[in-house]
Amino acid sequence: MRRYFGRKLLIYGLTFFVAVTINWMIPRFMPGDPVQSMLSRANVAQPAAVEAMRAHYTAMFGLDLPLWQQYLNFWGSLLKGDLGISIWLFPTPVSDVIVRAVPYTLGLLIPSILLSWFAGNRFGAFAARRKWLDNSVLPIGYVLTATPYMWLAILLAWALGIVAGIFPVAGAYGFDLQASWSWTFLGSLAQHWFLPFASLFLVAFGGWAIGMRNMIIYELEADYVNYLRALGAPTRLVRRYAFRNAILPQVTGLALQLGVLVAGALVTEIVFSYPGLGHLILQAIQNQDFFLLQGTFLFIVIGVLIANFIIDVAYVLVDPRTRTGMGGAA
Amino acid sequence: MALNVTDLRVYYRTLRGEVKALDGVTFSVADGEIMGLAGESGSGKSTLAKSLIRLDGRMRHVGGTVELDGKTMPLSDDTGMDRFRFREVSLIPQYSMSALNPTRKIGKMVGELLESRGERPERAELERRLELVGLSKDVLDRYPIELSGGMKQRVVMVVSTLLNPSLLIADEITSALDVSSQKAVATTLLGFRDRGLVTSMMVVTHDISLVYQIADTIMVMYAGRLAEKAPADVLVTAPRHPYTKQLISALPEVGVRYEDRRLTGIPGNPPSLLKPPGGCRFRDRCPLAFEQCAEQPPFAEVAPGHFVACWKAE
Repeated sequence: MRRYFGRKLLIYGLTFFVAVTINWMIPRFMPGDPVQSMLSRANVAQPAAVEAMRAHYTAMFGLDLPLWQQYLNFWGSLLKGDLGISIWLFPTPVSDVIVRAVPYTLGLLIPSILLSWFAGNRFGAFAARRKWLDNSVLPIGYVLTATPYMWLAILLAWALGIVAGIFPVAGAYGFDLQASWSWTFLGSLAQHWFLPFASLFLVAFGGWAIGMRNMIIYELEADYVNYLRALGAPTRLVRRYAFRNAILPQVTGLALQLGVLVAGALVTEIVFSYPGLGHLILQAIQNQDFFLLQGTFLFIVIGVLIANFIIDVAYVLVDPRTRTGMGGAA
Repeated sequence: MALNVTDLRVYYRTLRGEVKALDGVTFSVADGEIMGLAGESGSGKSTLAKSLIRLDGRMRHVGGTVELDGKTMPLSDDTGMDRFRFREVSLIPQYSMSALNPTRKIGKMVGELLESRGERPERAELERRLELVGLSKDVLDRYPIELSGGMKQRVVMVVSTLLNPSLLIADEITSALDVSSQKAVATTLLGFRDRGLVTSMMVVTHDISLVYQIADTIMVMYAGRLAEKAPADVLVTAPRHPYTKQLISALPEVGVRYEDRRLTGIPGNPPSLLKPPGGCRFRDRCPLAFEQCAEQPPFAEVAPGHFVACWKAE
């Protein structure tokens, strides 16, 4: 058990290192110069002042050092918890910007991932034993899961937001409101939350439902099911076993899908101008904001790694077969 | 009489029509009898075994009746059959290695199975039965993956016989085992009968030499029909049906070197059961065939307990 988790942690550590390094590299290899764009925003006319400002900013962001030095400094300050200062929202620290956006992203992601997984599995298992459902609703599942997130998001925004006018299509709450714990604000929050949530939920739901339906059909043909049936075990017991065994690949699937879901959420946020991490990434790219981009990516990498680790642990708990490989007498 | 099968017909539904895998089979198995059921693949022996406990989705019960201890079994009624399954008729499947739910500890699975059938799981009895097949009670706290193939097979044998069924069907249970395990399994089956855990038994196999060691009687099937049924030693030493004769002579003998005399098989192939020919189905491969064989021979008793379906078997 110890060796298993030791090995896992090592792999996660390595993944983290590589991912963070790539995060550091990406903005620096993008075309454009962040200091230049800050200067043009400042609108200073005198060349001498511009030169002075350029030198000041370049030194402040540490962009005058050789690349390897920048890289080492980056790790140094990262380990101290310092993500640098945002260029776009200068002089707000990147960590503050991220902390403000994170609740929105998590508020979208966690319910849509968990609910779609739960509901999709239930529904798939249910559809697997009803022919009319299998024939009518499952094709819809295929269409849903093949739909790109942003396309469904645009479609939903158009149909329910613009045409039907039921839901707002942009922002996290009404533009005329201030963040507070009042009912009006919470209501507005929920209303704005619904469409991005629905678009994420529906796409993922279709995928899980199809996967589960196939797994259940496969499990119900398995030898242990035939044996139980030959011994007259009631359908209830057989289905319980089949569901329990069919869910295992779905747990793995969840681990594999997490990254995709996060990416989908980022794109969906952009469609709905939802002020989460996806929105931040777009702004960071448009404003050549190295530090914000690094910080956001870092946060996403950490999130996905933690979620994967939780699933790894959960898998060991639900599937006894993974435990036998861990050495020692099981 | 424990088991009475009368003119049983079970067909498979396929896209090309009905495959008459079991076409009018009449026989009985006495209380305490271990009957070996032999035949080549496609002869209908597995179909017969399955029909008696659970028809699979493609099988259709076309006609005939099956009586077990005087009660008629509703073969085509899946829920009606549940009353008989496990308690009256039980199965050791061909796939014992994968017959246990991989994610449940064996003891827990057995408990859940018994409870779902309205039986009270008695741990002490279960442990005693495991001991009978040479397993320690520790296996109850293990997952199937932690047992060897032979152990899993023995667990399945114990589980299947837990409610003392009056008929136990063992379907090709030795085909995946090595010779020493085959012997152990055969002995275990005998033990079940001798201790009264199981009243009668039907051992389906294509290995006549193995079933000969434990069976009281052997029944041979050919192309969906019965060819011959006789006490085991009579069937092996003095078979009367030409098919059985050739089948027995195709078995290797101890002490004979097959360098000089090649072991012969039976030339030809069994007929398609999609549209089987009329009359005796072995006719085309039979050296004794004559005009009367165009008519189907009855499965007649030619000596006490010896049934043969052949016109020339007097």
